[in-house]
Parts: sequence; structure tokens; C-alpha cells
Amino acid sequence: MPAIEVENVSRIYRKYLEQHRFKTFKSAILKGDLFKSLKSDEKVVALNNINFKVAKGTTFGVIGENGSGKSTLLKVVAGISKPTTGSVSVHGKVSALIELGAGFHPEITGRENIYINGVMLGLSKEEIDKKFDDIVKFAELEDFIDAPVKTYSSGMYMRLGFSIAINVNPDVLLVDEVLSVGDASFVPRCLERIEEFRRRKKTILFVSHDLTTVEKICDRVAWLKNGEMKALGYPKRVIDQYIQDVKSKKETDFEQKQKEEDVLGDLEPERRENRWGNREIEIKKVRLMDLQGKEKHVYSPSDGMVIEMDFYAENHKKDFVFGVGIFNSQGVCCYATNTVLEGYKSRSVIGRGKVTCQIKTLNLTNGTYYLDVAAHRQDGLPYDYHRNLYSFMISSDYMDSGVYRPQHSWNFSPDVKMTKKS
Amino acid sequence: MKRLLNKFKELYKYRVLIRTLVVRELKARYRGTVLGFVWSFINPLLLLTVYTMVFGFILRPRDPSFNDSPWVYALFLFCGILPWQVWFAASSQESANILIAQGNLIKKMLFPTEILPIVSVTSNFVHFLFGLPILLAFVPLMGKPYTPYLLFLPIVILVQYIFTLGFCFLISSLTVHFRDIKDILTNLLTFWFFSTPIIYPMTFPAVQQHSVLKTFLNLNPMTHIMWGYQNCIFYGEMIRWKRLGVTFLLSLILFFVGYYIFDRLRDSFPEEV
Repeated sequence: MPAIEVENVSRIYRKYLEQHRFKTFKSAILKGDLFKSLKSDEKVVALNNINFKVAKGTTFGVIGENGSGKSTLLKVVAGISKPTTGSVSVHGKVSALIELGAGFHPEITGRENIYINGVMLGLSKEEIDKKFDDIVKFAELEDFIDAPVKTYSSGMYMRLGFSIAINVNPDVLLVDEVLSVGDASFVPRCLERIEEFRRRKKTILFVSHDLTTVEKICDRVAWLKNGEMKALGYPKRVIDQYIQDVKSKKETDFEQKQKEEDVLGDLEPERRENRWGNREIEIKKVRLMDLQGKEKHVYSPSDGMVIEMDFYAENHKKDFVFGVGIFNSQGVCCYATNTVLEGYKSRSVIGRGKVTCQIKTLNLTNGTYYLDVAAHRQDGLPYDYHRNLYSFMISSDYMDSGVYRPQHSWNFSPDVKMTKKS
Repeated sequence: MKRLLNKFKELYKYRVLIRTLVVRELKARYRGTVLGFVWSFINPLLLLTVYTMVFGFILRPRDPSFNDSPWVYALFLFCGILPWQVWFAASSQESANILIAQGNLIKKMLFPTEILPIVSVTSNFVHFLFGLPILLAFVPLMGKPYTPYLLFLPIVILVQYIFTLGFCFLISSLTVHFRDIKDILTNLLTFWFFSTPIIYPMTFPAVQQHSVLKTFLNLNPMTHIMWGYQNCIFYGEMIRWKRLGVTFLLSLILFFVGYYIFDRLRDSFPEEV
């Protein structure tokens, strides 16, 4: 028998407008249709037909962006919020770590709060008596347990909340992004406890943004997007799909932004200032593509990039140079070059033409980069100079810093013990 | 109906939580004050002093049962003010706010929400119980005898408990959707207070001779509850069984209606508070 069964669950929230509320109040009094008029027309679908089962003794992860319905799902499973349609069944005692210390009363002591919170989570007084010392010890609050909770720091508050919830010893533990506030020494201990839970064959539903932890501790992972389940399966696969999606979303956002800029382009004086020259050779269009020729704006450091310029020369020209420059968001020139510097000597050009500069691997660190492209005379007189008019983005999982990411690898002598996370 | 009964059964399982929360409420209320629990006694005493000064000494109501003494009148006042102000009015005002104030609990923890108004009514009931010995101590001080009718006091208290609970279920659940109720309630309670024979007895000629006023007062369920207290403690008479019986039934109806509405609106609380 699965520990958690979620069948066709949808959760629809009603959006209330202030004006609507006033109408409701009036109509409720005048017509007496209290229940009916509480229903508003505008709906927000937080969960859309979600189905999954969590087998007993397994850890189930839920990932997704903010607002994708993760927390709503957890609340529905916990029974705090009811599904609009569908059914949820949970077998065994549930403890939900949705917000740590939610039931604390600031005026009374930590000791009293442990008892009250414990009772709220379903423990009897005797059970709390038995676990009291463990709770205090795990929270490291031995010296402060008789002080009012309002004097606690937020870290102490959280530790106490976690410690109580984890000591409830439930069959099913629901964890919602609560570990993000802990410090470097507390979080590993929490994870250790969760790990111990797993060893004791308890069921865990784990909601987190921390993909590394999710991949490490979960047996199965579901990915939610806009209230719909996009994928369900083995952690690595689902997380990869999720990361892929986030990347492509970044890409669309970026393109969107570029499009908007293009529309504004001719109107903005600032942008006109970024382009100068006599246009005897005019750069009509610049495209950024990957090595396969697909237009792209978000790259990973190991990707290659092709910069393509379409130009038009009205008259015959003998003296011309094409150049490109890459700048980071601080305005530092990461790389700049032109055809003369690389040994090309101009002969002649007229009419339409195309110049491409192919970069095999970008080898840049994460960030947004701006591109200069130019056509000018050898003595520097510009035909058409585009300053920072084009941009692209480097996005990767690496957290390294600097402007340049040389291809590199690490080697260790045998006595250095290291493991690499996958 | 069956659904409601099942809910009550479930509620019984949560009695430890109710008790713990009531204790927390009592502990937290006077935490940090110098006098602590003594406030539970001082508050009704101060209230009584003000009313005795104004109504007893300045307005001096004449009624044969007061023996023309402001002190005896003070005892009469106390019989009504204690259960009204300390228990009923305090619970109602607290309940109007409780679901919103404890929104964090409703959203983040799993427990039957009706516990919150129950805790509010019960903790104020405990305050009322603290005041009760003072009230009883005043009886001989004001030259009135204890009578066996005091034994009927628990019945009156029970009726008020059920009535207050029903009223608080109603108020607390509706306030979540219509915050206006909080302000309406403040005024309603003042009006209701003066429409209940607390500072004046039902036997006042002005009341008895005015039939509309008399009917109006008789239709107010709190009239009979307050009268019950006055009968048991002040007059030393038998409580009016019929009137109190009808009030009891009314309280039960209010209780079920209040609970029904609370139950119907329950699922909307987590997203509305």
C-alpha cells in the first residue's frame, strides 16, 4: 500500500478583487446568498490534475520554479488545504515541516512552546516528556530553554521548530524548503536526520530548490510547472529536464528582451549614440548563432558561437576592416580583434555581403556579454560602428569567477583523496 | 447532522490541545506584568468600582430590592457585569479577530480550526471563574445571605457557555470574509449591553409598564441568562425554568447554526486570512 496517494488533484484558487468583495458584502446582506456570492469568477489554477503515488519507505522530491504549485501540493497532502477536485490519501501519522515554529507564542518560554507545539503536532504529554531532552539537545538550546521565545534569534527559533517536528517521529514527513534558513552546521545535521528517517524506512515528501540535495536523497522526483506535472521519474532524468527547461526559458526571456530593444531601437537616442560612422559600408544585420547555424543567445562556456554580419556597400571600396569585440557587463573588454590584426588585407567589396567570425569555444564565465561589431577604414575612420548593440549570455552550473574560463582539468597525486559530485 | 456529530467526536480527541492552548492563553496574557494573575481579580473589581460610582452613587436607582443602598446595588451590578464583560463580551471581541490573528497557524499547521474560538471562549470563561469567588465574597459583605439557589449557578453557566460558543463560531467565521463585522460588533455589544437587564433590574417600573420594551427585553436571550445569575446570587430565588429552558434551546440552535456556518466556510480560511 502506498503511503501517499494523490489522484486527479486540482486546486483552484479564487481571485478576489477589492471591489468584488464590497459587492459581495452588500449582496450577502441584501439577498442573503452568503455562500453563493462568495464564489468569484476569476480563478487561478494552482494544481492541475496531479497524479502520483509515493511508496512506503521512499523519498519523493518535488521540484519546480517559484509559483509552480509545490507548496500548494504539500499543503493539500498535509490536509491543511482541500483539493478542489480529486482525492488525497495518506496512510500513517503525518508531520509537516511547512513553516518551522509556526505555532510558537512569543511571550512564553521555549519549554512551554515545546509542549504546545508537540501537542499540536499530535504528541501526548508523556511522549513529549520522553523526547524533551532530545529536542532541546538537537536544537542546541540548553541554556535558553526557559527564556521567552521572543528573545530567540531567528536561527534559534528555526532550530527549535525543526527539532520538535523531526522528533514527532511521523510515518510520513512533509518537508517544504525549510532548510534554506539554517546555518552551515545545522543544515547538515538536519539532512542527517532526514537521512536517518530514510534508513528507518519512513516516507518523505521533499520540496526543495536545492537540486543537489534532491538528487542525493530522493528516490523519485516530480517536476511541477505552472501547476502541472511535467515529469515524474528518476531524479537525474527529471532534474536534467528541469534544468533544460530553465535554460530554454532564459533563452526566450532574453530573446524577448532583445526584441523589445529592437522595437525601441530607432527611437532611443541613447542607442543612436551607440552607432556611428558614415555608412559607406553599412552593417545591416548581426546574428549570433551556435556552430550549427541556429540563432541563440544563451550559451554554455563550452559552446561555440558564430557572429554573422550582413553588410551593404553602396560604392566600390578598397580599404576596409571588419572587427568584433566582446565586453562583459562591467564594460571590461574580454576580447577584441579585427581582420587586419589577424593578417587579412582588404582588396575590394561592393553590394551585399556577409562576414562571419567563428569562435570554437567561448570559454567565458557566467554573465551577460555585449558585442561590438564594426566596419572601418584602416586608419580608423568608421564606416559603421555598433557599440554594445548585441548581447548574449553565458549560463552554466559552474560557480567559478573571472572573465575567462580556460579549458582545464584537475589531477591529484594518489595520496589526495577526493570525490567528485556528479 | 451526522457529519457534525462526527466533527464533535474528532474535536473531543483534541481536548488536550484545547486545554494546552487555554493554558498558553492564560499564561501569555499576563506574562511580563508585575501583578500577573492578580489582574484577573483586579480587572473586574476596577470595572465594578466605576459602575458603582456612576450608577450607584450618582444616579442612585430606586428599587425595593436594593434597600436604597448603593452597595447592595453594586452587588446586583456585579452579578451581570462579571459574566457579560469578562466572559461574553471579551470572548466575542477576541473571536472576531482570532482566525485572522492566528492566520499563521491556520495556514501552516493541521488542526481543526474551530479550536481557536473554543479556546478564546474557554480562556475567558476561566477569567470569569477567577472573578466568581470575588463576586461570591461580596454577597455577605453587602448584607445578603447565601441561599441554596446558588447550586443552580452551573446550569446558568452552561447555558451561557453554549450561547457564547455559538455566537463566537458565527462571528469568527464570518469576520474572515467580512472584516466589517469587527467594527459592527463593537457597537452591537454596547447596544446589547444596555438592552440587557444588567445595570437595571427587570422589575423596574419603567420596564414593567412599557409593554414594547418589556417584550423586547424578553426576546433577548442574554436577558434570561443574566437574570439567572441575578436569581441565583442576588435575589436568592428559583431560576425561571421556562425562560431559561427556552434560552437553552435557543442557545443550542445558535450553537449548531454557528457551527454549521463555521464548517461550511472552513475550507476558505487558509486562503482568506
